Amino acid sequence: MPDKPIEGEKRVFMTGNEVVAWAALAAGAEIMYGYPITPQNEIMHYWTRLAPRYGREFLQTEDELSAGFTTCGGVLAGRKAFTATAGPGNTLMQEPMSMAEAMRLPTVVVIQQRGGPSTATVIYSQQEVTMTTLGGNGEGLRIVYSTANHQELFDYTIKAFNTAWKYRFPTFILGDGYQAKMRESLTIYDPDIRGIELVQAEPFLGKPGVPGVDRPPTQLRNTYNVEEELYEVLEGYFKDYEKIAPEVAEHEAFGLEDAELVVVSHGVVSRACKAAVKELREEGVRVGYFRPITLRPLPVKALRETAEKVGKFLVVESAQGQLARLLKEAAFGCPVEMLELFKPGVGITAEDVVSRVKEITG
Amino acid sequence: MSVQPAMPKSWRVDTKPHKFCPGCGHGLVLKALGQAIDELGIQDRAVFGCDIGCSLLAWDFFNVDTIQTHHGRTTPVITGLKRANPNLIGIAYMGDGGGYAIGSQHLVNAAARNEKITVILVNNTQYGMTGGQMAPTTLPGQKTETSPYGRDPEKTGYPTQGPEMVAAITREGAYVARGTVANLRQLKNYLKKALENQMAGNGFSFVEVLSACPTNWRTNAEETWKMVEEEMPKYFKVGEIKVPGGQKEGEANG
Repeated sequence: MPDKPIEGEKRVFMTGNEVVAWAALAAGAEIMYGYPITPQNEIMHYWTRLAPRYGREFLQTEDELSAGFTTCGGVLAGRKAFTATAGPGNTLMQEPMSMAEAMRLPTVVVIQQRGGPSTATVIYSQQEVTMTTLGGNGEGLRIVYSTANHQELFDYTIKAFNTAWKYRFPTFILGDGYQAKMRESLTIYDPDIRGIELVQAEPFLGKPGVPGVDRPPTQLRNTYNVEEELYEVLEGYFKDYEKIAPEVAEHEAFGLEDAELVVVSHGVVSRACKAAVKELREEGVRVGYFRPITLRPLPVKALRETAEKVGKFLVVESAQGQLARLLKEAAFGCPVEMLELFKPGVGITAEDVVSRVKEITG
Repeated sequence: MSVQPAMPKSWRVDTKPHKFCPGCGHGLVLKALGQAIDELGIQDRAVFGCDIGCSLLAWDFFNVDTIQTHHGRTTPVITGLKRANPNLIGIAYMGDGGGYAIGSQHLVNAAARNEKITVILVNNTQYGMTGGQMAPTTLPGQKTETSPYGRDPEKTGYPTQGPEMVAAITREGAYVARGTVANLRQLKNYLKKALENQMAGNGFSFVEVLSACPTNWRTNAEETWKMVEEEMPKYFKVGEIKVPGGQKEGEANG
């Protein structure tokens, strides 16, 4: 059996779903649990073909509740486990992920967003931002990376396993149907040659020794008897989350130094925004570009600094203001006007952004 | 010092007395399970998963690694754990609401896939933790908080036949039985055989246990035992239902 799925590095041309499967292999993922839903299916298709070659496992479950809870079980046994879903499947996934939040389980979930609400379309959207960042009956104790292209899908899927096992918060890759199905060029690589050290998994349950004799039993629960007991646990979690947030938060930006208007977007839409901002700047329009890569936690410091000095944000997303709501909360009190270009469940082009900016700037 | 009753070695003494109501059947089921774990010597590799409902009160019951999950979701958590580390002995412990209602799809599919785990389902004919609502197992005519005039089978069906269903959808290799807290020696043997079946890698094992809830039944000791020993077996037949490659209890020695 070959030791490493990828030797060195190589240039490839593949769909985003295939990229995720290769990245999970490269990250040392040991088992995937999954349930079919478009547009994430090919992650399972590639994983089931590749996994046996490298001694990895797969289980097709009866639904996304089970896919999420078996993923929790795999993590409890000390394996790097993951699942992938979309749309209504993501809705069901919120229940197991709330348990992962409550018990600090390092689950990794890849979301390929599709249209919503309900079954809607199997194609594309950015309408799973609210659910992925703040879903479940909880407090959003999760980490969400929103990727924009296939290279990032590869890089951040590897990173997601490290982040999850390092910080012990459930971690999500938020992609979409375009990224899932599109073919693009990228470089896949063995993380070793890039100096990326893979964080080792370790079991929560079933460690060596007889519980109660050689060691105390590990007994994990998510149910508490009194309010104060829960409060104490959550206070600890919030403190941890607050501490790691600046280390985890990522963003990219340009053109902020002279901008009067900053276009803010995430994920695949940021590619249209980047192209539009470059084009407009060449024309002499004083416009900047800001893109949070982590939607949970948001890059609050960088965002507020930008919001303090520019007059206007143009928030562009394939949803009816799901990113905008997060931004408004993060930039509360900053003297910035929030303008919008929302196309829920529909793709956005650079032309759309250019014409919206010109409409604003006159 | 007063004389203490013998506890299974795998029990966690510092969490006793346990948290269940007086007269509850859970303590008896968990005693039988503790004895089975002791006799099989699997305290070091058993993982006990408990559901939501009264079963969650067992989250610190044993000196065994334990995970308390969501309502109905113990089966997939233990399935995922076992798939990820087949050396562990996975025990999913739940009530009738968790197994036959909210988590029924997990029970059905884990059984159909012949997952090498042991599911123990405690049947007390209603939802105990939430205050005594009707369950899939409520007996016809039985009064609960959501069937205050008695369960009407015309409107709400007859009690779910869990082990019979599991037996019907599993193939060879599965072990399926229904025990009762009224016969602990037999129950311990069923639980032990279920765990042995998993240890041998044969397949799915499932034991339903007829149990008591005097709190919600509003019964005294005599009425409680009458319910367990006489009323419940009218609908729920006690015995082994499926035994892999062997004979059922009582058939072995003629």
